[in-house]
Amino acid sequence: MCKELNQLQIMSIIEAHGKKQEGLLSILLEIQNASGKNYVHEEWAKLVADQLGLPDGKVYDVLTFYAMFSTTPRGKYVIEVCKSTPCHVNKADHIVKILEQELGIKIGNTTEDKLFTLLYTPCVGACDIGPVMKIGEDVYGNLTADKIADVIHAYRGGLSCQR
Amino acid sequence: MSKIVKLISNNAGNITADSVEEYVKAGGFEGLKKAFTMTPTAIISEVKAAKLLGRGGAAYPAGSKWQHLLEIPEFPKYIVCNADEGEPGTFKDKLLLSQEPLRVIEGMIIAGYVFNSKDGYIYIRGEYASIQKSFQKALDHAMEKGYLGANILETDFSFTIHIMTGAGAYVCGENSALLNSIEGKAGRPRTKPPHLAEVGLFKKPTLVNNVESFATIPVITQIGGEKYLSYGTKDSGGTKLICLSGHAAKRGVYEIPFGITLRDIIYDREIGGGIASSKKLKFFHLGGQSGPCGVPEQLDTQYCYKALRTAGLAVGSGAIVVMDESVCVIDYLKGVTEFFIHECCGKCTPCREGNQQLYKILCKFSDGTGTQDDITLSFGLIDTMTKTSFCGAGQSAALAMSTCLTHFKDEFTAHINGNCPAGHCF
Repeated sequence: MCKELNQLQIMSIIEAHGKKQEGLLSILLEIQNASGKNYVHEEWAKLVADQLGLPDGKVYDVLTFYAMFSTTPRGKYVIEVCKSTPCHVNKADHIVKILEQELGIKIGNTTEDKLFTLLYTPCVGACDIGPVMKIGEDVYGNLTADKIADVIHAYRGGLSCQR
Repeated sequence: MSKIVKLISNNAGNITADSVEEYVKAGGFEGLKKAFTMTPTAIISEVKAAKLLGRGGAAYPAGSKWQHLLEIPEFPKYIVCNADEGEPGTFKDKLLLSQEPLRVIEGMIIAGYVFNSKDGYIYIRGEYASIQKSFQKALDHAMEKGYLGANILETDFSFTIHIMTGAGAYVCGENSALLNSIEGKAGRPRTKPPHLAEVGLFKKPTLVNNVESFATIPVITQIGGEKYLSYGTKDSGGTKLICLSGHAAKRGVYEIPFGITLRDIIYDREIGGGIASSKKLKFFHLGGQSGPCGVPEQLDTQYCYKALRTAGLAVGSGAIVVMDESVCVIDYLKGVTEFFIHECCGKCTPCREGNQQLYKILCKFSDGTGTQDDITLSFGLIDTMTKTSFCGAGQSAALAMSTCLTHFKDEFTAHINGNCPAGHCF
C-alpha cells in the first residue's frame, strides 16, 4: 500500500460512507483530501472497488470522468484560477501570469517543494468577485498582485487563511 | 420606485441562515403548514396557476412535471434537488443554499408531502464543499425542531433529506446525468424516454427540480398561485433571481419581478448600476454559457420567458454577463467554446467534435486566417450540433456563437480583413 494512506485509514473512510456505491464520489473525494497530495492512488481505488463490490473499471471511470479527481500526485495546495468568461473578461489571464511568476511555475505544473499545483478551473460560482482563484474550499476574489502575494505568503507559512 | 421584489431572498443577510427560530419568526414554514392542510392535487393546482417554470435553465413547467409524477402509481418516489450550479455566470443557487437553506428545505418537504416520499436528495456541486457543510447544519436544525424526520409537525408524514456531492462535472446539471452521479456513477446523461418521473433515481419515479424552484414552492402554497403569478407577467409567473457579472458596475444576485426590461436590469441604480468603466455596453450573454448573446439595441426587451424568446434571447439560469467595448467577440466565443470542450462528457459526436471544430475556426479568425467559407462552415456545424446532440448541453453549446454570428457579422468580417475592432487579436 502506498505510503501516504494506509489500508486502515481507507477502510475507515469507506465504512464512514456506508459501503455503498452512492457513496463513491464522497469516498474518493475524502481519500483525495486525506492523501496530502490531492490524488487517489490506483491501489486505493482498487481497494474501494473491492469493498463496494464494483469492478475496478467502474471506479476508474468515475475517477477520470470528474474534473476534481487526480490519479497522479499534486501539490499540497491546488490553486485553481477560474477561466470562465465572467472572470476572463475581468483579466483572469493576467492573474495567471502573476501566479506563474509568484510560484515560479507554468500553469498545469507543481512547485518543486510540492506545496502548490496551479490549474485552470471552470466557473466556481463567484462571478460577482471575479477574477477569482480557489484553494481547497476557500475562494479568493477581486484579485490583485498584492492580494495574490499575501494569500500565497500565508499558505507558504502553513496557514489556510480566510478570504 | 424600487424594481426589486423579494419573495424568496428576503431573509438573505437578515437572519442567521440555519436558525429555525429566526426563520419561523420571519414567516418561515408557513407555506409548509398551509400545504399540510391541502391535498396534493390542490397544491399542484396552485403550482400550475403560478406558472412556475423550472428555474435551473430549461424552463419546463413545474406544474406539469409534478402532475406527471403524481399520476405514476409506483412507489417509492424520490425528491431530488439539483444544486449542481455550474453554468458560468450563475451564482444564485449559492445565495439560496448559503443564506436561505431552510426555504429550500421547506420546498423539498412540501414536494415530499405531495408525492408521499420518504427520502429527498440534494446534489450540491463539489466546488461548494463549504456550503455542503453549512447546509447540513440547516438540515440538522430542521430535524431537531421537528420539520424533518419522523412525523413532521405531528402528522403521519416522515421525510429525510440527504446531501450528495458532485465532483466537478458541468453535465451533471442535466437531470438524468445528475441521477447517475448520485448513484455513484460517471455523470453521463441517460437516454429518454423513459422520463425520470417513470424511471429516475435507483430506477424509481423521481422529481428533479432546481434549488430556486424548490425555494419558490412555499411562497406559492402560502400566498396562492394566482397571487404569485401577479408579481410577474401573465406568462412568466413571479420573480427570478438574476446574477450580474462581467463589466456590470454592481455585480451580484438580485431578485426581480418578470416584466422589467433588460435596460432596467443593467442600468437601474439598485440593480446593475450601468457599466463599471467609462466604456459603452457592447453585448450581454444571457442564461449561462449555453445561452444566447444580445446587443444594446435589444435593451428594451422585457425580461420574461416569452418576450426574450421572441427576441431570440432567453432567461436560462438567470445569468447576465455584461461586456463593455474592450471585449473582442471572437476572443469571448473562444472562452465559451473552450468551456464546452472541457465540459463535454464525450458521449455523442456532435458535441464532442463540434465544439473542437468551432474552436479551431475561431482561432483562425483570431490569428487572421479566417475566411467567409469558415463562417458558412460554422453555420453548418452549429446546425448539426443543435439538431443532433444527445442532451441539452450539446444542443445549446453553440447558441452564443450562432447569435454572435448574426449580431457581429461585421466584426467577423473585420477579422478576415486583419482588423480586430476591440484591439485584442492583432
